[in-house]
Formats: sequence, structure tokens, C-alpha cells
Amino acid sequence: MARIGVFVCHCGENIGRTVDASSVAEALRSHPGVVHAEDYRYMCSDPGQTLVREAIAANRLTGVVVAACSPHMHERTFRKVVAAAGLNPFLCEMANIREQCSWIHEDREQATGKAIAITRALVEKVKANTPLETIRIPIERRALVIGGGIAGIQAALDLADGGAEVVLVEKESSIGGHMSQLSETFPTLDCSQCILTPRMVEVAQHPRIRLYAYSEVEEVSGYIGNFEVKVRRKARSVNETLCNGCGACTQACPNRKVPNEFECGLGKRPAISVPFPQAVPNMPVLDRERCARFMAIRKGITKAVCGKCAEACTRGAIDFAQEDRFVTEKVGAIIIATGYQLYSIGKEQPEGEGLSGYGEYGYGQVPDVIDGLQFERLASASGPTGGRIVRPSDGRVPKRVVFLQCVGSRDPSRGIPYCSKICCMYVAKHVMLYRHKVHDGEAVVFYMDVRAAGKGYDEFTRRAIEEEGAIYRRGRVARLWRDGDVVKVQGFDTLSGEPLLLDADLVVLATAVRPQPGIRALAQKLSVSCDQHGFINEAHPKLRPVETNTAGIFVAGACQAPRDIPESVAMGSAAAAKVLGLFSKAELEREPTVARVDAAHCAGCFLCERVCPYGAVGRREVRDRAGRLVKVVAEVNPGVCQGCGTCQATCPGKHVEVQGFTDQQIYAEIAAL
Amino acid sequence: MRTGYFPGCSLHGTAREFDESLRAVAGAIGAPLAEIDDWNCCGASSAHVVGQRLAVALPARNLALAEAQGVEQVLAPCAACYNRLAKARRVIEEDEALRREMPELLGRPFGNRVAVRNILEFLTDALPVIEARLVHAFGGLPLACYYGCLLVRPASVTSAEDPEHPTAMEQIARACGAAPVTWHMGLECCGGSLSVSRTGSVIRLGRAILEDARKAGAEALLVACPMCHSNLDFRQRAMTRDGRPPIPVLYVTELVGLALGIEPRRLGLDRHFVSPAPLLARRGQAPAGGRH
Amino acid sequence: MSRSPVSDGGLRERILQETGVNTARCYQCGKCSAGCPMAAETRWRPHDVMRMVNTGAVGPLQDDPSIWLCLACETCASRCPNGCDPARVIDALRERFAREAPGGVPRPVAAFHRAFLDQVRRHGRSFELGMVMEYKLRTGALTEDALSAPGLLARGKLSLTPSRISGIGEVRRIFDACTGSAGTGAGGTGAGGDDR
Ligand SMILES: Cc1cc2nc3c(=O)[nH]c(=O)nc-3n(C[C@H](O)[C@H](O)[C@H](O)COP(=O)(O)OP(=O)(O)OC[C@H]3O[C@@H](n4cnc5c(N)ncnc54)[C@H](O)[C@@H]3O)c2cc1C
Ligand code: SF4
Ligand code: SF4
Ligand code: SF4
Ligand code: SF4
Repeated sequence: MARIGVFVCHCGENIGRTVDASSVAEALRSHPGVVHAEDYRYMCSDPGQTLVREAIAANRLTGVVVAACSPHMHERTFRKVVAAAGLNPFLCEMANIREQCSWIHEDREQATGKAIAITRALVEKVKANTPLETIRIPIERRALVIGGGIAGIQAALDLADGGAEVVLVEKESSIGGHMSQLSETFPTLDCSQCILTPRMVEVAQHPRIRLYAYSEVEEVSGYIGNFEVKVRRKARSVNETLCNGCGACTQACPNRKVPNEFECGLGKRPAISVPFPQAVPNMPVLDRERCARFMAIRKGITKAVCGKCAEACTRGAIDFAQEDRFVTEKVGAIIIATGYQLYSIGKEQPEGEGLSGYGEYGYGQVPDVIDGLQFERLASASGPTGGRIVRPSDGRVPKRVVFLQCVGSRDPSRGIPYCSKICCMYVAKHVMLYRHKVHDGEAVVFYMDVRAAGKGYDEFTRRAIEEEGAIYRRGRVARLWRDGDVVKVQGFDTLSGEPLLLDADLVVLATAVRPQPGIRALAQKLSVSCDQHGFINEAHPKLRPVETNTAGIFVAGACQAPRDIPESVAMGSAAAAKVLGLFSKAELEREPTVARVDAAHCAGCFLCERVCPYGAVGRREVRDRAGRLVKVVAEVNPGVCQGCGTCQATCPGKHVEVQGFTDQQIYAEIAAL
Repeated sequence: MRTGYFPGCSLHGTAREFDESLRAVAGAIGAPLAEIDDWNCCGASSAHVVGQRLAVALPARNLALAEAQGVEQVLAPCAACYNRLAKARRVIEEDEALRREMPELLGRPFGNRVAVRNILEFLTDALPVIEARLVHAFGGLPLACYYGCLLVRPASVTSAEDPEHPTAMEQIARACGAAPVTWHMGLECCGGSLSVSRTGSVIRLGRAILEDARKAGAEALLVACPMCHSNLDFRQRAMTRDGRPPIPVLYVTELVGLALGIEPRRLGLDRHFVSPAPLLARRGQAPAGGRH
Repeated sequence: MSRSPVSDGGLRERILQETGVNTARCYQCGKCSAGCPMAAETRWRPHDVMRMVNTGAVGPLQDDPSIWLCLACETCASRCPNGCDPARVIDALRERFAREAPGGVPRPVAAFHRAFLDQVRRHGRSFELGMVMEYKLRTGALTEDALSAPGLLARGKLSLTPSRISGIGEVRRIFDACTGSAGTGAGGTGAGGDDR
């Protein structure tokens, strides 16, 4: 026989004002199966909880209904109380008489009646409840980090130092990301390479980090604690174990005219190359698109062409026949840290992204109009000019540099309404770098707002104006064009009300920050969502900033939104801390409110398998004692199931049900109304 | 496809040579034009100062007439008329109430069915024929293609392929053997709508255009708008400082006509204020008889 | 102490209704004014106009010829990051000002539009000679070059007599329906009803 206890809460005035709690308790007292009912001002308070605990013991209750607020608020609280009193926590239910009753009604009598009805329904549900056991899932205590920029590096190091194994996958031939291209960094102007390189080396040498550079994530399956990841290790045409990074091949390659991606096209590289001297791993990649040998093969020439690199290599590491290889790694958690790319003002724009270029700025065809990263390379001591700021067109030192902020950013007509957040700061930095190197040069900045909200940030931009003499003009530029050997800049200063036509020697565009290409495909493999621009969605914009909506998958750095280095590092550390927290338990605990198949009756139609949005339904063979196959039935993976109930609604025979929400329980609840 | 021809007031007046050269070219390439009977002024830049309804209704009457005449598209060579007609067509298309009101307002049946085309579209379509019948290619004559505003802006009305970098005029010029220069004022406004009421502004704007064309090495300006033509040709003397050589302003139809070997006089080349005769003589094209 | 009046945002709302341009989207970047060919000659530039509509304080625009100098070249509209169309807003303001205070319209501008539309109303087409003569009379600029008639005549570009279309009745009805008959429009561009 059921022995149910009912506890009605006043929630101060919240419920008490419109619902007469003691009448509710009174009414429930005579409900079949109810052996105890009482009301109290604050049931969730310590004395309230004590009432519940004592009543369970005193009345040998077999079930508890707390008529109070939403289960979102306090279901956990009361289930804990019930468990402490020795009852299975899933025999406790909340009757929501606050959000669904007292808050939305005015008539006291009617509201009280409704509260009684709601509570009765839940009493019937509890009568039909069965004890459930918390699910425990083993955890693979290794993590995958996708992307080896500063965010990914930070996450990997924190994880490894915290004792976890790490697999770091980077699609380029070296880790480092955009930070390795920067000259000096705001707001302190320390040298980017100097602070980054030691961390890159640490990654390479850490015993618990396995680095797959020049690799990409091919496939992901599984669920939190138990992912399986297939990694494609792209063919470098260089044997990783033999190569010692001497660089003889890169010296020997006769094809030295390939635009250098690391230098943003400002320099050249050979067909076999290392992106920069401090690369990690320090190992070349042979660019098959540009290599003479492979070009010949594509043209159908059978004779082996060139091969100078192989001749130069004393270790015989060049492997023209190398193919992509695949490795599979088991991990318990994943951190996405794929960073960003810059918007280009060109006429051609990626399809389907709704972007367009800047015809009025010449679609990027005007010489001596460059973007911020190109300027970083010009200003970098290790860059193509050795740190001399000169014009790409003729190598002259520019006497007037005009910087344009918000190019692409905050421009709905080009498809990007958001602020890229970092450019106000790096433009101020560029101004300083320029003025430090070209003392008599004039720096003009066209801006709409200066957004420098960070520690020491506003002071930094003010310094650019007050001490470095930058001329800040408030307004967007209407047009850029080449006239003789200058770039004409047609702008307007809305503060002084002046139309301006400036002759610039060099123009630097602070172009918008966008997610990496291929981010949507990656997100799909991982079952995480992107926002309309392709940035990875966090689970909650305030309270869960480094988690995604998929359990066990986290996000860090500029792939989530435009981020500067301090933020990327903070996110990397935060994501690592989340993963370490997950790994700190031997097993993962999950609520048992997941679907379960009644294998005895399952007809094997697998409709549930088709409809499950989380891919939680698999198949299992049922065999008799002699090992003969009897039938194949559906089986729900409790680690993946989110308890949404889609399968339950679909199964023709009702042989799969979410525990705690079985048809019988729901019907009992409804029948009582 | 039957094409109706809407000359507009300018082509019957100050821009007669545009009309003459267009008719001559149309004849030469075998594309007959049926003038819209009893057409009226499109309202130019004045009607919309009074109100949007007038600015829409005046062009709409012409579209209704064209419809009645059974043509599928109307060629409006004057850039201003083109812009007005195209705009009216679009506004009516987007405004259901206005569309229903139109027949009553115009006192005629009106279905807004006729497409509006500009001279560049017309000539671009005819490029294969023009190329095939070319008798007098301009051996690389450097000229500046001047679009002005009304052929390209607003893009929602003009269907310009790229309002910052249109290329239609350049393509036509190249087909005639000319060599369009790279310059920067091809899309700047010449001040057309203030031509009469504020000459000083027009001279300032026109001067900048002419100077940039000169700087780019152009020997002639190519236009497709009567207002641009009258500003840059008729007022050129006032725009030119210190005895610089004048720079002839040709309608795109005149250029095509010359390349097709049509006699300059039939193209109205003798009606210009800045005579193209010296240029044509220099370039081995027959000089135009003067009316100067 | 008296309280400063609260702006009701009414003008912005009305402009939105009339033109479909939501001036609230303008963030005052000044790109329109940067490209405006008349910015060198005007006191209030397109971005100023947008701002004044947004704050509801368009008085200064009425005391100055700036908006009457807009060429309707649409350069501003074609480059606005927010899809605003200052040219269209300027147009709507001109309409409004011409209706509310015709005297404020600069004389040459009003005279030109009026002279032009008068011809259209009378003949169905513009008659340049008539237009120029009317313009000169209205402005009193009898000796100024409006369009040098002799040069045009010599080139056959000016006809001495107007050509009147046969559907002139239709055109006049359109004028009447759109201008509310006589005496409205830019400084009274509506062109009086008779055949003067
Ligand atoms: C011109 C300019 C100047 C700047 N200056 C400063 C400054 O002075 N101070 C400052 O704090 N910030 C500055 N920044 C911002 C700084 O670059 C970023 O904050 C930082 O690089 C973000 O780090 P990240 O690791 O998130 O991304 P990234 O640096 O972009 O790194 C992402 C990494 O992931 C890899 N990757 C991408 N997709 C995949 C994939 N599918 N699989 C595997 N790997 C993948 C990439 O190859 C890359 O190595 C500047 C930015 C610009 C544009
Ligand atoms: S084969 Fe020749 S071209 Fe190709 S990478 Fe080696 S040296 Fe360079
Ligand atoms: S950070 Fe500054 S420059 Fe960059 S988009 Fe935002 S406001 Fe514009
Ligand atoms: S360009 Fe657009 S947003 Fe910028 S000031 Fe002008 S109207 Fe406003
Ligand atoms: S339309 Fe008017 S306001 Fe806009 S750019 Fe042209 S002249 Fe300036």
C-alpha cells in the first residue's frame, strides 16, 4: 500500500498570497494513499527540509510530493532530502503550484482549487513511480584539443599539467596560430614570438601531449567520457621519424616563388618549407600543388622530375609516395579551439555566407592597401622586411599611413553586423609601432567608436593619440583609389564636419574577424551548433561560456567570438578546468531518466533508431543459451540518451519508454485531474 | 522581341545627336525601334520634388502607352528617363495599393508589364552584330567611360551588375576598337539636376571629371546621358582653365555609329560644342562638317 | 523651473512611413557625407540630416539651402552600411518643407523646378526655350547664362515652338490628382490650372 506524504509550501507570499496552502494540505489529507500532509512557510529552508525528513521516518512514507515551485528550482533539493531519509530519490515529485498556479492567477478560491488538483495529480504519479538508480558511465581520461593556436595551446598545457593525457590536432604544419604572426602585442607591447615560442616548445616536449600537426579531425563518434575520434594525418611527403629539421631540403628547392601564406603573401617560400624558424614541430611540408615533381606528374610526365630536396636530405626523409594516414583516438572530452580568419574585401566571397566585398575600396586590388595581419608581418622583426615598415609596391617607407577601422565589421550591408572587438586595440598598437619606426611619419585613423574596454586598454588607445600623435578622424571612408603612387582616401570627419581627401602612402584595413573556413562542417561532425556567422555557440552566454550544448565538448578562443589573446588564454584555461573537473571522477553520474527498451517485446522495427535526434539508439543481438541468434532488438545507450522521449512517442508497441516518464505514470497523473 | 522607343524630351531637343545616332545605329544593326506614340515627359528631377506620386505617375503613363502598343520592353536611352521609368516600374511593383490605383490615375489600363532597358543594355545585347559589322575600328583610342549616376544608382533600380565597378560601357568601347582608360571619376555626379539653377557647382564638379580624364590620358569622354553631355560639352569652356585643349564628349551611340562606318553628320557629330572633328581627323575618321 | 520638452519621435516615424527608410538605423558613420559631391558646398550633410530627423530637430534644415542642393545622385544611399537612403529622406523633407513653408525654398531651385513642370503641364513635354525664359523671369537673372540659347539654336538643339502631345488632357489630370490642383509643390511648382 502506498503511504504518500504531501508538503505544501507558502513560498512566503509567493504562493500564500493567492493559494491557501493549508486548505491544500487539508484537502490532500483525505486523498487515497496520502498518510501525511502539512504546509509550511518555506519548505526549502532548513526547518522545512527537516519537516520532510522527520515525516518520512515517522510515517514510513513510500513517496513524497512537494507542492511548491518549479522542479527546475528545487527538485534536486528535495530529492536529496528524500535520499538522506533513506527513500529512493525518484519517489519524490514536485507539484508546481507557483509558476503554474499562484503567479498566474488572481482569484484565491479558484487558484486554491487548481493547486489541489495539481497536487493530486502528482500524488497519483508518485504512486506509479518506481525506484531508479543513477547511471554510472566510465570516463576515458584523455582529451582532444582541436586547433593549436594560443587558446588550444593553453588548454593542452593546463590539461597535461593537471595530469590528463592530451591529443592536440592542428591542421597547419606548425602550432602557434595567428599569435605566431603578430609582431608585438597590446596592451603591453611585448614581443609575440618571445612569449609564445616557449609554450609551443613545452607542448612539443610534454610527455602527456600527443601532437598531430598537419592533421584534421575526420570523424567523431561516441559521447561524453567515451568519444572515438578518427584523425587524418595529411601527407607531408616527409618521413616524420627520419626528418631532423635541418632544412637542407628547403634550401635545395629551386622553386622559390611560392607566395608565403605565413607572411600573408608579402614574401615567397620554396615548394618545400617550414612556415617560420620556430615552428613546432620543426619539420617541412612539401606543397604538392607547387612542387615541380608533382606538377609534372599531373601533366602526365612519367620521368621523375627535380627531386633536389631528396638529394639534399642526408637522412633520406623525403617521401614522395607518402599518403594520408588515419589514426583513431579514444577521448573523454573535446575542446574546440579553431580560432578565426580575417574577412577579405574582395569581390569573390565564400558562397552561402551572405557576405559581399567593398567595391568602393577597389575589392582589394588597389596596391598598398593591406590588412592588419600584413601590417603585423611588416612590423615584425622576423618578417619579410626584417621589421622595416615599407610599402609592398615599391619598398618605400610610407610617410603617411591611413588606418581604417570597422572594415566589414558593423556593416550589415556586407553581411557582418557584429563588432570584431580586437581591431580598435590593434590599430592603436599599429599606430605606435609605425611611429616608433618612422618618427616623422603621420598616422591617421578613421574610426566610428574606439572600443577599448579592458584592463589598461583605454589608456593604451589614449597613449596612441596623446603621446604618439596619431590623428583620429571619426567617420567611415567612402572610397579608396590609386592615383599616381598614392592612395586617395575620401573620408569625412563627423566631429569637425570636414570632408577629407587624403593622399596616403599606405592604407591598413582593420578587417572583420570571422570563424575559420570549414567550421560548420567540423561543428556538424561534433554535433555542436554555430551561430548565424559560424562562431561556435556556447551553452549559456553568461553562465556556461566554455561549454557547448553537447555534453563533453567545450570551446575556447576566437572560434566562439572575436577574442584577443588574454581572453583566448582565459578561455583555454577555463575549458581545461572544466575537463579536469569531469576527469576528477572515476565515473560519470547521470540521471536515470533515459529511455529503456523492453527487449522481450521489441519487434525490431528500429523506428526509434531513425527518430532519435542524439543517435542514442543502437542494436543488440539476442541469443538463446546455445548462442543461436533469436532476434535483433533496439538498445538505448544511456550515456547518449537525453531523455527527450521522441522514441517513446514513435514506438508502435510502446516498448521503449523514458524511465520516470512512462505512459503508465503520465496517464495516472492525467487521470487524477 | 519588340522594343518600344522612348526618346524623352532631351533627345528631341538638346540631345538631338543622341537620337540621331541611336536611330542610325539601330538601322545599321537591324534592330528597328518603334517610338511610343504620344509619350510625355518623365518628370525628370523636378517631379519628385513635388511628390512621389507625380514622379511615379508621369513615367507610368508612358509604360501604359507602351503596353497598349504591344511591346515587351521600352528602350529609354536618356539615363534620366531610364532611371525614372525603371524606378516607377519598381515602385509600382512593390506597392500593391499604388498598382491598383494606377489605371484610375492614368485613365488607361495598366498592368506594369513592360520592361525598361537602358542604352548600355541595348548595345551590349547587340555586341555580336556590332562586332560583325565593324568597318572602322578605333585603333586604341584612349577614352574615359563616364557613367555618372543615373545608369548605375540606385542599384535596386538600375540592375547595374556592380554599382561601384560597372563595365558595360568599357566593353562596348572595346568592341569598337577604343581603349578605355583607368580613371576615377566615372561614377561621380556631374551635377545634372543643378545645371540651370546653380551653374557654379556644376562647373566645379565637371572640372574635376575633365581633369581626371585628361590626367588618365583620355582623348575623349564617352557618355550615355544627355544631362552629362550637356554639362560636360556645352559648359566645358567654363570648366577648362588655362587654354588646355578641349576634350570631345561622345555619346556611346556616336562611337558605335562611327565604328560602323556611319557618316559623322548622320550621327549629329556636328552639333557638339566641343567639336570632335580634330580628334576624328587625327584618328583617321572622316571629319564632321561644322555648324560652329 | 520648466522642463525641457520630450521628443515624441514623431518625425522619424512619419519619415519611415513615407519613405520606408528607418533613420534609426543610421549610426552616424558619415560615409554618406564622405562621398557626397555637394558636401564641399553645404552646411548640413546627409548624415546631419539623418541625425536631425532622429532627434526630431529639423529646424536648422529649414533655415539653410543645404538640402535643396542635393543632386539626388544616390551616392550616399549606395554606400550606406545600414541600407539607409539619405537621398530619399532629403526628398521627403523637401516635399514637406515645400508644402509647409514654400517661401523657404531657395529661389533659383524653386524657379527651375516650377518652370520645368509648368512646361510639362502645358505641353506634356518639356519645352526648353519656354522653360529657360520662364526661369529667367522668375529669378530675374535675365543676363545670366541659363542655357545659352544662340549656341543651342545654331546647333539645332532648341526648337522655337513647343510640341504639344495629343493626350495633354490626361497629363493635366495626372498633375491635378498628384498636386491637389494649383499652387502646391516646390515653391508652387504645381503649375496653375489654365493654359496661360
Ligand atoms: C592584426 C591583428 C593583430 C592582433 N594583435 C593582437 C594583440 O596585440 N594582442 C592580443 O591580445 N590579440 C591580438 N590579436 C588577436 C589574436 O590574434 C587572437 O586573439 C588569437 O590569435 C586567438 O587565438 P586562437 O587560438 O583562438 O585562434 P588562432 O590564433 O586563430 O588559432 C587557431 C588554430 O587552430 C587551427 N585550426 C583551425 N581550424 C582547424 C581545424 N579544423 N582543425 C585543426 N586545426 C584547426 C589554426 O590553424 C590555428 O593554428 C590580433 C589579431 C589581428 C588580426
Ligand atoms: S621535388 Fe623539387 S620542386 Fe618539389 S619540393 Fe623537392 S626540390 Fe622543391
Ligand atoms: S573593435 Fe573597433 S574597429 Fe573593430 S569592429 Fe569593433 S569598433 Fe570597429
Ligand atoms: S552612411 Fe548611412 S549610417 Fe552612415 S551616416 Fe550616412 S546614413 Fe548614417
Ligand atoms: S544624393 Fe544628395 S546627399 Fe546623397 S550624395 Fe548625392 S548629393 Fe549628396
